[in-house]
Amino acid sequence: MSDLVDHSRRRLLTIATAGTGAIGLAFTAVPFISSWLPSARAKALGAPVEVDASKLEPGQMLKVVWRGQPVYVVRRSKAVIDGLNNHDDLLADPKSLDSSQPAYIEATGAARARNPEYWVGLAVCTHLGCSPLGAFEPNNSTQVAGTDLGAGWPGGFYCPCHGSKYDISGRVFKGMPAPKNLTVPSYALSADARVSIGLDDAPKSA
Amino acid sequence: MAAVPDSHDPTKTTGLLGWVDERFPLTKMWREQVSEYYAPKNFNFWYYFGSLAMLVLANQLLTGIFLTMNYKPSAAEAFSSIEYIMRDVDGGWLIRYMHSTGASAFFIVVYLHMFRALLYGSHRKPRELLWIFGCIIFLLLMAEAFMGYVLPWGNMSFWGAQVIVSLFGSIPVIGAGLVEWIKGDYVIADATLNRFFALHVAALPLALVFLVIAHLTALHEVGSNNPDGIDIKKHKDANGHYLDGIAFHPYYTVKDLVGVAGFLLIFCGVIFFAPTFGGLFLESPNFEPANPLQTPPHIAPVWYFTPFYAMLRAVPSFAGTQVWGVMVMGAAVLILFFVPWLDRSPVRSIRYKGPIYKVALTIFVVAFIALGVCGLKPPSGIYPMVAKVCTGLYFAFFLLMPWYSSIDSVKPVPERVTGHA
Repeated sequence: MSDLVDHSRRRLLTIATAGTGAIGLAFTAVPFISSWLPSARAKALGAPVEVDASKLEPGQMLKVVWRGQPVYVVRRSKAVIDGLNNHDDLLADPKSLDSSQPAYIEATGAARARNPEYWVGLAVCTHLGCSPLGAFEPNNSTQVAGTDLGAGWPGGFYCPCHGSKYDISGRVFKGMPAPKNLTVPSYALSADARVSIGLDDAPKSA
Repeated sequence: MAAVPDSHDPTKTTGLLGWVDERFPLTKMWREQVSEYYAPKNFNFWYYFGSLAMLVLANQLLTGIFLTMNYKPSAAEAFSSIEYIMRDVDGGWLIRYMHSTGASAFFIVVYLHMFRALLYGSHRKPRELLWIFGCIIFLLLMAEAFMGYVLPWGNMSFWGAQVIVSLFGSIPVIGAGLVEWIKGDYVIADATLNRFFALHVAALPLALVFLVIAHLTALHEVGSNNPDGIDIKKHKDANGHYLDGIAFHPYYTVKDLVGVAGFLLIFCGVIFFAPTFGGLFLESPNFEPANPLQTPPHIAPVWYFTPFYAMLRAVPSFAGTQVWGVMVMGAAVLILFFVPWLDRSPVRSIRYKGPIYKVALTIFVVAFIALGVCGLKPPSGIYPMVAKVCTGLYFAFFLLMPWYSSIDSVKPVPERVTGHA
């Protein structure tokens, strides 16, 4: 054996060993990093919720629980949809610019819905998290017991805790305790009115 | 170190200590780091805060370990386990108040410690790395304090976590996925609390202790700065001892004990008479259990984060995203790392710097405190405007430093440290 050291061979072996080790370390990191992702149980509890809204009559509402929060699905009549732009002067944020909703909902303006006929939103008042009540009949100012909703009520939601009023697209009135419009979660809507809350996919047909 | 010295070599130890020293450098380390570590003899009041930070760290570790013995890191049990500690565990209330007051004391001491560095140029060459280790400690301390704040699972814990974690959501592209990864669920939930507990009691304290060791090692490598900001290593006596240096032990251990006594008087006063400190150290919404359906009417972080929180709120959203405020808040901490290179003054200490630096530092301190006040108040009235101006002043102090520190006048620096020894 020669006493001469082959430095380039030694360097190559060192680099190869260190490189292999580094790749091994990177792969070892995978289970640790992925252990922070929502677990199978959290995913199951947070899975999209599907409801059939086709049985709703106009003016009726479904309550669904999704990720521990109440979600409303409201069917709106043609007349109500046509009137959505008529009370902008009552609203704090008619275009929902300061409110929370997916971009595809914000783009729909006053309707705030994938299909104007079905409105979907979180039933969590943006003030202190109470559940607003449905008061959908326009110009009926006493439909919520013991409360005068005011003349020219356009139909919408009324929060019994601190009196915040929202229109039927969940848009908050001016001068209310609630700062923002009701939040619209991501959801998909099929052609036969099946709502999948928590999905972002384009509307599917069944 | 009372062992009798060997008659041949006066520095060699005998007996049990001699036996240990032949196998482990115990006496060598003690001499190098403590009894023969020479520190400048002109340390003043501002030099208490390093040792006080160590004291508070020890307090947090000790009380923290005992709190984990009764605390339950689960969303269902966390809040009631804290109430259990407060009411049913003997001495539990004291241990918990020592820990919660210690968190605020930690930031008071560390802010004053950092201010000392800005006063006397303790970050200047050759102490840049010492300063950087300190900045990393500060950054980790903020993470440690935030996660600790979440553990009681009060309503402010929950909503504070909600606000801070959703800051990461403003990062383009990866934001939403990152937030889900941090939470381990789609909302702040049991998984989030449990992992914050793991980080708060194991990972971050371990990292903090290692960094404190690195901070001290760097300090003892380059030697301590002093209020005159001059090098004491230039002047030695015939035996090679620094003329302006005195041994850390016993001189500064004794001096620091006086600081400890003064600190403990105030610290114990708060623990026993004002543990919530008027809602500043423990916020009243946190005496209600976490409620995902009910946001507290006004969300404010604990006082030590409010200067940075005010900066976050001072920056309006632009181009449809709030990421700018998050970037400004991050930059406010990261800019500290660069201070050793931003300061171009030929002298270290404020004693020999000109009027510009004195004015700049004063404005900076006022702006920082004003930001702290703005962060506590709701964002209405005069506060948003004050926060905007003070955010500008905060950054101007650092970003203009290369310019104003190089044109500022300086006084002649003495050869030897001043004051009475």
